[in-house]
Amino acid sequence: MNEQDRKKLIAENDLRLRKRLARRNGINSGLRYFVLTFVGLLMLYPLIWLLGASFKSNAEIFTSIGFLPSSFDFSGYVNGWKTSTEYTFTTYFINTFKIVIPKVIVTVISVTLTAYGFARFKIPGKKFLFSILIATLLLPNLVLRIPQYIMFNSFNWLDSYKPLIVPSAFAVDAFFVFMVIQFMRGIPKDLEEAATIDGCNSIQVLTKILMPILKPALISVALFQFMWTMNDFLGPLIYISSVRKYPVSIALKMSMDASALVHWNQVIALSVIALVPSLVVFFLAQRHFVDGITSSGIKG
Amino acid sequence: MAEVVLKSVEKQYPNGFKAVHGIDLEIKDGEFMVFVGPSGCAKSTTLRMVAGLEDITGGEIWIGDKCVNEVQPKDRGIAMVFQNYALYPHMTAYNNMAFGLQMSKTPKNIIDQRVREAAKHLEIEDLLDRKPKEMSGGQRQRVALGRALVRKPDVFLFDEPLSNLDAKLRVSMRVRIQELHEMLKAEGVPATMIYVTHDQVEAMTMGDRITVLNAGRIMQVDTPMNLYRKPENLFVAGFIGAPSMNLVDGEIVEMGGKVFVSIPGGVLPLPEEKAEKVRSHVGKKIKFGLRPEDIIANEVHEGGEGFVTGSVRVVEQMGNEEFIYFNAAGTQFIARVNPEQVKNIRKGEDYRFWFNLAKCHMFDLETEENLTL
Repeated sequence: MNEQDRKKLIAENDLRLRKRLARRNGINSGLRYFVLTFVGLLMLYPLIWLLGASFKSNAEIFTSIGFLPSSFDFSGYVNGWKTSTEYTFTTYFINTFKIVIPKVIVTVISVTLTAYGFARFKIPGKKFLFSILIATLLLPNLVLRIPQYIMFNSFNWLDSYKPLIVPSAFAVDAFFVFMVIQFMRGIPKDLEEAATIDGCNSIQVLTKILMPILKPALISVALFQFMWTMNDFLGPLIYISSVRKYPVSIALKMSMDASALVHWNQVIALSVIALVPSLVVFFLAQRHFVDGITSSGIKG
Repeated sequence: MAEVVLKSVEKQYPNGFKAVHGIDLEIKDGEFMVFVGPSGCAKSTTLRMVAGLEDITGGEIWIGDKCVNEVQPKDRGIAMVFQNYALYPHMTAYNNMAFGLQMSKTPKNIIDQRVREAAKHLEIEDLLDRKPKEMSGGQRQRVALGRALVRKPDVFLFDEPLSNLDAKLRVSMRVRIQELHEMLKAEGVPATMIYVTHDQVEAMTMGDRITVLNAGRIMQVDTPMNLYRKPENLFVAGFIGAPSMNLVDGEIVEMGGKVFVSIPGGVLPLPEEKAEKVRSHVGKKIKFGLRPEDIIANEVHEGGEGFVTGSVRVVEQMGNEEFIYFNAAGTQFIARVNPEQVKNIRKGEDYRFWFNLAKCHMFDLETEENLTL
């Protein structure tokens, strides 16, 4: 066999091998995508069904299994928005944001300050205080409801948003504090020392150096708090008594038992609408959010 | 324009550990002072105390004509370059350099002028819009240097700035920092520089003077050459120089009016000058020290008595020189020789090694001080 033949043979073999590999890769990834898509759809089905059902008529909801409505009926949205009360859902949405927005803002501020204190300053009894903070993570929220109710009652805060917002201004969300502390510990102290030499005081170090670096973590905190507060049902249920002040979560529930006959298409349509703010905020912040829970923000 | 003076500076941690034991040091205006020592010797702590990042628990620190014990770091007229650069990751190189000036409310046009000037010196003009993560280690360190430079400080503090760089970059940055020092001097605004390193080569090549520290105490402050030639104590003798000085147990003996030093492998006659210094120690045990290059390993050396016989264990060829490790009476020595002179030295064989005793050092065992200075 001369040199040329040998090279040709090698090239042919090589090509065959590569083709086989490519085919196997193709089959592999095809299979993988199929399984993932299938499981993904299975998981998402309730949500897809919800979206479809919101366009169905009340009668169709319980008679067909498929998620595609026979005809697109927007009356669920239109009538649902009006609600059976004297207020429209606009009021309830505004109410929700009256709780959510201040709560998110005070949470981010208080959590950052508290975490900064724990992560960077020498405080007498710091270890003890920190262990108490962590211990509150383990405390079920429910056991606090009654004493808190009594306390807020004596403050004359019932039927206002204060009991829902003000506690967050004192960094009661131990989970967030813990999360931000962990982030802060990953930031080299040299940065703060360099900033001190550059002329920053403690607060400037926090606002000009640490907070920009902590941005992914703080966005995660804001996002979690936004979604949790948006979906909070028990808090408003306990503290808010006048319909005028109801947030979306309570209003939704109300539309289910306002009359003997439940307009399911309306309930479902409003549920879809209630999901929208969380989804929008999540997708807007997604990039930072993922950064926030996967890295400490500083590399190399 | 400032000298830095440390007066019995102490540092004791709340847990009782004393890191710095009363350091007295005078760093002249415009001087390049290097702090060197093994890890844990408090060289960084001392630097950080000068910077004001670390409280002092005793003594005084003076920068210029001001006692700065209670002065904030930003008002001390210092700038610091950190080991891991400490660049603000969310700012561009330009903003990193400008930040300190912005904090002190310097007018914008002056900031811009100074940043661009510094960037030109350090050849980082094309990096000004980049963030730290888009730069290499060497570029980051140059930006960090620029950040110090724009502040026009009286005192530059360097905390092992080159440790994170690879060997080649380290050499070029070393030169750059020295050039910077010279440049400031030439411009008529000499800056005092304090440079902490654990790297002897950096210490020896960069410093006008070197402070050798050990366990929170100053061992010796002197020029690089004096540290090498005239170590005041055992620690400096062993620490400065690579490979380090041969240090072996010995005894001073007197025979027939002549003074000898007895070390493993031989009894060597001391030259008159050295003999005078140690006559008071006759009969006492001492530490004998000799630099590897003062051991002459040559089979054809002309006579004399000052040799020991040792068997060669390892010959390390460095190209321009050779390190010969040999054993004499169970003690290991190392000689540094010119490969041109000793072509036939082979492992496992016995040779005579001549000791250049005019350059030997002898240390008191108790005080560890050099008796032969």
